[in-house]
Amino acid sequence: MRAFWRTAWLIVRKDLTIELRSREILAMTTFFAVACILMFAVAFVKDGRALLDAAAGILWIAVFFAGTLALGRTFERERHGDTVRALLLAPAPRPAIYVGKLLGMLVLLGVTELLVVPLIALLFQAPLFDHLLLLVALLTTGTIGFCAVGTLFAAMLVRTRGRDVWLPILLYPITIPVIIAGVRGTVALIEPEADLVMARFWILVLFFFDVVFVTLSLWTFEPLMTD
Amino acid sequence: MKTLLLSLMLQPGQSEFRPVTEIPASEQLPSAPLLIAAYAFVWIAVFAYVWLMWRRLGKVERELKALSARVPAKR
Amino acid sequence: MRQLFAPLVFLLMALFAFAPVYIASAPYESTMGLVQKIFYFHVPSWFAMFTAVFLCGVASVMFLVRGDAKWDRVARSAAELAFLFGLMGLVTGPLWGRKAWGVWWQWDAKLTVALLLELTFGAYLLLRSFAGPGSEKLAAGLAIFGMANVPFVYYAAHLWRTVHPTTNVVPTLVAGMRGPFWYAVLCYMLLLAALLTMRMRIEEQHADLDRLYLESDDQ
Repeated sequence: MRAFWRTAWLIVRKDLTIELRSREILAMTTFFAVACILMFAVAFVKDGRALLDAAAGILWIAVFFAGTLALGRTFERERHGDTVRALLLAPAPRPAIYVGKLLGMLVLLGVTELLVVPLIALLFQAPLFDHLLLLVALLTTGTIGFCAVGTLFAAMLVRTRGRDVWLPILLYPITIPVIIAGVRGTVALIEPEADLVMARFWILVLFFFDVVFVTLSLWTFEPLMTD
Repeated sequence: MKTLLLSLMLQPGQSEFRPVTEIPASEQLPSAPLLIAAYAFVWIAVFAYVWLMWRRLGKVERELKALSARVPAKR
Repeated sequence: MRQLFAPLVFLLMALFAFAPVYIASAPYESTMGLVQKIFYFHVPSWFAMFTAVFLCGVASVMFLVRGDAKWDRVARSAAELAFLFGLMGLVTGPLWGRKAWGVWWQWDAKLTVALLLELTFGAYLLLRSFAGPGSEKLAAGLAIFGMANVPFVYYAAHLWRTVHPTTNVVPTLVAGMRGPFWYAVLCYMLLLAALLTMRMRIEEQHADLDRLYLESDDQ
């Protein structure tokens, strides 16, 4: 078990070191998220104000879109250096590679969210910070759910032609529950009268989604990644 | 039957359901075209699919025949 | 299965020829009237689709575990049929809903699950058609994840809103409707079996073809 976490940690450290040196993915992802938000802001603002549901929806869609981009780029980098094969040939448990990649993605998307959430609160006058703890829980569970499925699919797609197109096609249908739960939970938090019970309920739904899909990914990563 | 179905359909938690009878007469649709459209679609879908499969099967079988004529049988 | 194919087709033709007569003889439903008869085709479509989805999921798991291409062929054939039957359900449903609910579409739990499964299997078929070699495993993964997704989508959309008639409509059907309904279910299941046999035959022929090509390359 210790070897497992050591491998995972090594992969996280490797990915983050590369990222800290180049800052490429982070810069691209955050810029893309901001561009998305501005686009939606222009499209959905009515009479100078946005609909409340729209703010929650735009937050999650921006995170999803930016996440898709980041997932594509992380694995593109591995493919470019032809290091995927090296990773898979390494005498390390495959699930540990998956966990390492997943944790790296979570850190990246977490940083993006640090920028996206205040921006949405500012542009849409949404009281996102009134229940900060619940919002953090919602974003964490939601991001884990999205990345759990996304990391597996992005890894599988490394050897496929046109992988940038395939990732959203495969990923979005599977992560619809995350969008429903995330958006409904956020709406419950920023309503004029926040419905905290409902928000906690959606967090629970997301938590179960995470448990099921991380487990499933750990099981299927090995057979899916072998030729 | 009417009360049974209504009680089945009016489950708690639903706010959107309106019985047909409450909709103004101008909004009410004749049933027959909807029914015919539904049945027609199912039949067309099945036949279109079978026809497509038939063509695909024919193509594969022709190709198989042509190829096995070219390749000396060593199976 | 292959020897049974011709008798199966004849049986199906006979059964389907009798279906309209049988359905027409069923009693009228008092609130919905004539349009309720869509039910005899709509619900069996979903039964057939879920059977095909389940087959595809199980075959995908078997393919990943055993690595036998036979399972992959079952999965691909079943996925195509799941899409076909799903399409029937998705088209007949709104035609009924327009009359019964007054709208074509509702974001109800069952409708959301149906649409999402259709979307997932659409992605599956796209993948099989266009992603080239090596897409088998990807597709198997997608099918497994798509199946695991169903309870979540159902539950999420259920919390959100629900107007679809509940599943206890079927067990509480009046006697006159029960006969035609289960008759229609039987027809659909046999149709699924027949189409699956046909589809599997194509996959097997393709496999034969690929093997022959390889053999001719060797020479």
